[in-house]
Amino acid sequence: MLDKNGIAKRIAKEVKDGMFVNLGIGIPTLVANYIPEHMSVELQSENGILGMGPFPFEGEEDADLINAGKQTVTLLHGASIFDSAMSFGMIRAQKVHLTILGAMEVSENGDIANWKIPGKMVKGMGGAMDLVASAKNIIVAMQQVNKAGQSKLLPKCDLPLTGIKCVKKIVTELGVYEIAPGGGFKLLETAPGVTVEDIKKATAGKLIIEGDIKEMEL
Amino acid sequence: MINRVVKNAQEALKDVKSDQTIMFGGFGLCGIPENSINQLIKMGTKNITAISNNAGVDDFGLGLLLQTKQIKKMISSYVGENEEFERQMLSGELEVELIPQGTLATRCLAAAYGMPVIYTPAGVGTEVAIGKETRMFNYNGEEKEYLMEKAFEADFAIVKAWKGDTAGNLIFRSTARNFNPMMAMAGKITVAEVEQLVPAGELDPDQIHTPGIYVHRIFQGEKYEKRIEQRTVRKKN
Repeated sequence: MLDKNGIAKRIAKEVKDGMFVNLGIGIPTLVANYIPEHMSVELQSENGILGMGPFPFEGEEDADLINAGKQTVTLLHGASIFDSAMSFGMIRAQKVHLTILGAMEVSENGDIANWKIPGKMVKGMGGAMDLVASAKNIIVAMQQVNKAGQSKLLPKCDLPLTGIKCVKKIVTELGVYEIAPGGGFKLLETAPGVTVEDIKKATAGKLIIEGDIKEMEL
Repeated sequence: MINRVVKNAQEALKDVKSDQTIMFGGFGLCGIPENSINQLIKMGTKNITAISNNAGVDDFGLGLLLQTKQIKKMISSYVGENEEFERQMLSGELEVELIPQGTLATRCLAAAYGMPVIYTPAGVGTEVAIGKETRMFNYNGEEKEYLMEKAFEADFAIVKAWKGDTAGNLIFRSTARNFNPMMAMAGKITVAEVEQLVPAGELDPDQIHTPGIYVHRIFQGEKYEKRIEQRTVRKKN
């Protein structure tokens, strides 16, 4: 079973040389720590940065330079700054190659819910609806089972949707899945120490298991 | 050169009335018009419909106008980080319209460019699409559904820039740019407060982000706090 950093580490393997990548808040942000240094990857932050760098050294924070999570950050050489309209313009025009974001629920046809729990939590969708509506390659980083032990990989999402039929791949503490073209969570890899039986128990939606499933390499 | 300079926030906002729609630039607490927000509190303007990506925090930014209950309705994309906001929303005191961030930005842009509507895929199939016209377009080899969203109509846009000149030209600094340029272009009356106000001719025309034609009033702000919402740092070695 993976912890948050383990999920991030596995997702980092999906990042390829030359990609522009948007990382959501939470586990997706951790992915940046595991992108190999020899790779040329540019991180996009939807408040208006391409070429986002790590947190600043203590004392070098700049109130005018933050990421989409409102955290102080730095710029790498070759970075650029732009306004919010252009930021979502490049997302809509599919210039950003990969979007990694968190979710509360994912359904077997690739719907995602991550912005609202009616009556309880209403923070808003931020840029998530724009990202999932336009991005070609969307990977979800999430815990597969909630605190009450219920699966969050469902036949159909219960919570208000963020986007429909958009998720391509899901990485959880238990395994890696892709959304099959006809619907269903196709198991690609299991996390270290996790059995296919564990995965069956933790998947409420349609699970597709074909052939031998490999344990993931980290 | 047409002179756009006013003395201060008081003069810039003198004709703001209750029940008007006001755009506020900024992302979180970054690049917000601090002086103008304080002035609206002093004026006690009521029933504001605020268009702003976020709602500030409890004791800073737009959160201050929520504390004084001057805001009737918020049109935003993300409103976490603010307990008073959540309380007013859940109790029904505050009307809230949550819309995708890119939609918010582009509805400003549509107003700025004189186009009544945009079509965007953001929100298709979600509750954001309820009651909205949709259309199928074949674009870039892909047949897809789009939502029609309207250009904003705001009585005032209040923005914050780093530098400005007496002609109203604006330059923003780093990610404090965010929504400011689009909102500056989208207000029926645009008020810009700047950290440094210089005579026309001192800014390089090639470096200007927002041309002065869009900026009706400009003043130099004072005592910027520029509060950091999430101070994240790493240790040297």
